Amino acid sequence: MSAPDHHEHIVAPFDASVSFDELPDAPPSQAYWPSATGWIGIAITCFWFLIAIFGPWLAPYGENDLPFPDDYSEFQASREGAFLGTDVEDRDVMSRIMYGAGRTIGIAFAATLLAYFVGVVMGIGAAVSGPRVDMVLSRINDAFLSLPTIMLGLVVVAAVGSSIPVLILTAGFIYATVVFRLSRAIGMEIMVMDFVEAAKVRGEGRWWIITREIWPNARMPLITDFGLRLIYVILFISSLSFLGLGVQPPQADWGSMVRENLGALQFGESKLAVIMPALSIATLTVSINLIVDDVSAHGGGKLSKRM
Amino acid sequence: MPKDTETPDVIFEAEDLIISAVRDDGTQLDIVKGVTFSVHKGEVVALIGESGSGKTTISLSALGYAKPGLSFTGGEARLLGRNIAGLSTDALRPARGINVAYLAQSAAATFNPSIRINEQVTEAPVLHGTKSQEEANEKALRLYKALDLPEPETIGERYPHQVSGGQLQRLMAAMALCGDPDLLVLDEPTTALDVTTQIEVLKAFKTVIKDEGAAAIYVTHDLAVVAQIADYIVVLYNGEVKEAGPTDVIINDPQHPYTKRLMAAINPLPDAEGAEIAAPEPTAISVKGVDAGYGRGPDGEPLVMVLKDINVDIEKGKTVGVIGESGCGKSTLARVMAGLLPPHRGELMLDGERLHDRLEDRTSEELRKVQFVYQMADTALNPRQRIKDILGRPLTFYHGIRGSAKTKRVLELLEMVELPPPFADRYPHELSGGQKQRINLARALAAEPEVVLCDEVTSALDTIVASNVIDLLTRLQDETGVSFVFISHDLSTVASFSDEIVVLYAGRVAETGPVAEVLSAPFHPYTRLLMSSVPEPRMGWLEETTESQEQQAGLTAGVELSAKGCPFAPRCPLAIPGTCDVEDPPKRHGDNGHRIECHRTLEELY
Repeated sequence: MSAPDHHEHIVAPFDASVSFDELPDAPPSQAYWPSATGWIGIAITCFWFLIAIFGPWLAPYGENDLPFPDDYSEFQASREGAFLGTDVEDRDVMSRIMYGAGRTIGIAFAATLLAYFVGVVMGIGAAVSGPRVDMVLSRINDAFLSLPTIMLGLVVVAAVGSSIPVLILTAGFIYATVVFRLSRAIGMEIMVMDFVEAAKVRGEGRWWIITREIWPNARMPLITDFGLRLIYVILFISSLSFLGLGVQPPQADWGSMVRENLGALQFGESKLAVIMPALSIATLTVSINLIVDDVSAHGGGKLSKRM
Repeated sequence: MPKDTETPDVIFEAEDLIISAVRDDGTQLDIVKGVTFSVHKGEVVALIGESGSGKTTISLSALGYAKPGLSFTGGEARLLGRNIAGLSTDALRPARGINVAYLAQSAAATFNPSIRINEQVTEAPVLHGTKSQEEANEKALRLYKALDLPEPETIGERYPHQVSGGQLQRLMAAMALCGDPDLLVLDEPTTALDVTTQIEVLKAFKTVIKDEGAAAIYVTHDLAVVAQIADYIVVLYNGEVKEAGPTDVIINDPQHPYTKRLMAAINPLPDAEGAEIAAPEPTAISVKGVDAGYGRGPDGEPLVMVLKDINVDIEKGKTVGVIGESGCGKSTLARVMAGLLPPHRGELMLDGERLHDRLEDRTSEELRKVQFVYQMADTALNPRQRIKDILGRPLTFYHGIRGSAKTKRVLELLEMVELPPPFADRYPHELSGGQKQRINLARALAAEPEVVLCDEVTSALDTIVASNVIDLLTRLQDETGVSFVFISHDLSTVASFSDEIVVLYAGRVAETGPVAEVLSAPFHPYTRLLMSSVPEPRMGWLEETTESQEQQAGLTAGVELSAKGCPFAPRCPLAIPGTCDVEDPPKRHGDNGHRIECHRTLEELY
């Protein structure tokens, strides 16, 4: 079939009963369903969260038990009764990882929640409260943001002394600055949308605008970012512990386990006492990242652009 | 592709072209379903259709390009006899630089703001080695002259922000034509322009395409524009050709019901003579002597004054159309009435009582009586609320209606805007553009207002959908007795259903009165220019209109906001030097509340 002569008048066959009054409906959007990598992320993250909650009951030995009193030697390779070997004090590595999971994830989770509470309240508040309030809050935030996080953490913990509440508060407030920035930016973006103006023209108060117009739209990007922020906080807490200012011995925590057992790299028969807690940190952070990537890819990757 | 000395007669040919999107689950969705047409040498072929018709996707196939996510899955797209569908970017690059040129809708987005115009216009031929820089400069200069650009010798030295929108659009045509392409692809090049600018650009395009002997594919949704520029029209619907033929056949004798429907959706300017003028009603809202602007200067005056001395009365149950070009202050006027921008001087009255200027000071009752409907239906609805919550909120907020009474009322509102009940449970993104605009209207009506401010509510909609929304507005007014302030840049839409018209120019009311009075003599010179600029769907209109006195005068200058004198003076064919540019024009009163602000007497304006 060749192209028609360009003076020809062509009319496609039609059914006279079909009306062309409106175009068809918009196609329904697809609900989120994780991809293969998303499922891997979800599986590993769930695994670690279950360990964090039930670890103390599932662990074969207590956190500081010395189950092998007869041969008093450190860094043994896996043997009967100690699947991942023993550590510098001849304790069971697997049991300590299971106890440490709750502490590492728990502290990080609590700190991230705190960071989100403070950051979102202040950030959305700055976005809706007009230029003056925004100016003051933003400049204060900038001042904190300019301090290096690890240094700030070290100074605070060294001055006040290390305990779990201090760790949570420190990490929470340090990361609240970043959350403030993000939620302020998201809030500002939504504030200029027509539907917010429509609510203002209707006469809605500020509370309605924040809770009904802005929050539902800011929620998704903030929840995705929560996952990312959790990773940073886990790394931050682990770094402090590794430097000896985090969770204090004899309590187990992944970061401090790496530090305690560093000697294994040089002297030990087994290096699992160092590798396994480090691997735990790595698998947890990578798997959370997989979920975050998968979710934000579904949302058109908007979040990754904001980062 | 090397340039032949003898180009073949058929420049571009699409044969059974199929372009599809591949979904996540691997199934194939055809966007373009076997389209066949050809473009011959020296011929302009228009692809016309509404959003989703595949017109842009088809036009891009002439560049061998498929948008991300789409791919060529069948048929051929032959450029100068060679199938270019599915070729790699590297293989296509020579053809894209030398044989085809693409003109996008937005010139502002096409030009790099930090590079001088001439460098961008001449870039393609110099880069592809078809012209030396000197030859390209010469060609560009010839094009600037052919496109009627001011100061053609030096305009290339300017940066893109230093020329007007219409000029930039023409410069984009120069950019495309500089490399002597065999085929031009123009994607809605005048859609974003004001009517008076559109004429100037259309005229320039038409001349230059004929002079250069280039073939062109012209993509648009506007039949009236197509009638001026195209030789051959292809009507598309849902990725299929519904009708194709020479322009005069399609315009004068359309056969397919879809083409007929498209033609019917065009509102001609109503015949003003003998139109009846409705009896005056009490005023719902009135604007008295309002000045308004943005920012605050050191002297307490706004930094940018947008509205000056505006007097408008909106009667109960009537529709007042506010018309003007971009930047004339028509949206600002709506924002003043809505309370979003308190006026600097003057006052607002609602039902004969003073209406608070600021939104924060307004009582719930005042807020209820004045409702606002936005242009962009997409952003005006909260994407996280269901339709029933969007419509239910004003019911609870203003009338305290809750529970089952609310559900019932929401369904009534949906029925009023002709949407079925299941829509109540949907989210806005599950609706099409026209449906969203209906929800917007329903939300405004839920408040049971006296006045609904409609800011360009049909501008973002397709022709047919827009005409349906207009029909709906008319019906709703009959049913509810609400007053509409209908703001638009489209005179024919405004005239087709308004009772009164306010013509704004550079922040002032140039002319106001009942439609029949405004659209008949005496005319303000600007109204006359506007009326002669509304494209008519017939061939030869462009030539006739550009010869008229108004157009000759009006096209030479751009809009300037002047602090004193009549702002229209620089474009006015009747301007009196020494008077119009110095003194504020007096208000001249005609019959039935007709008012013209002009130094010329009403007799002189016939």
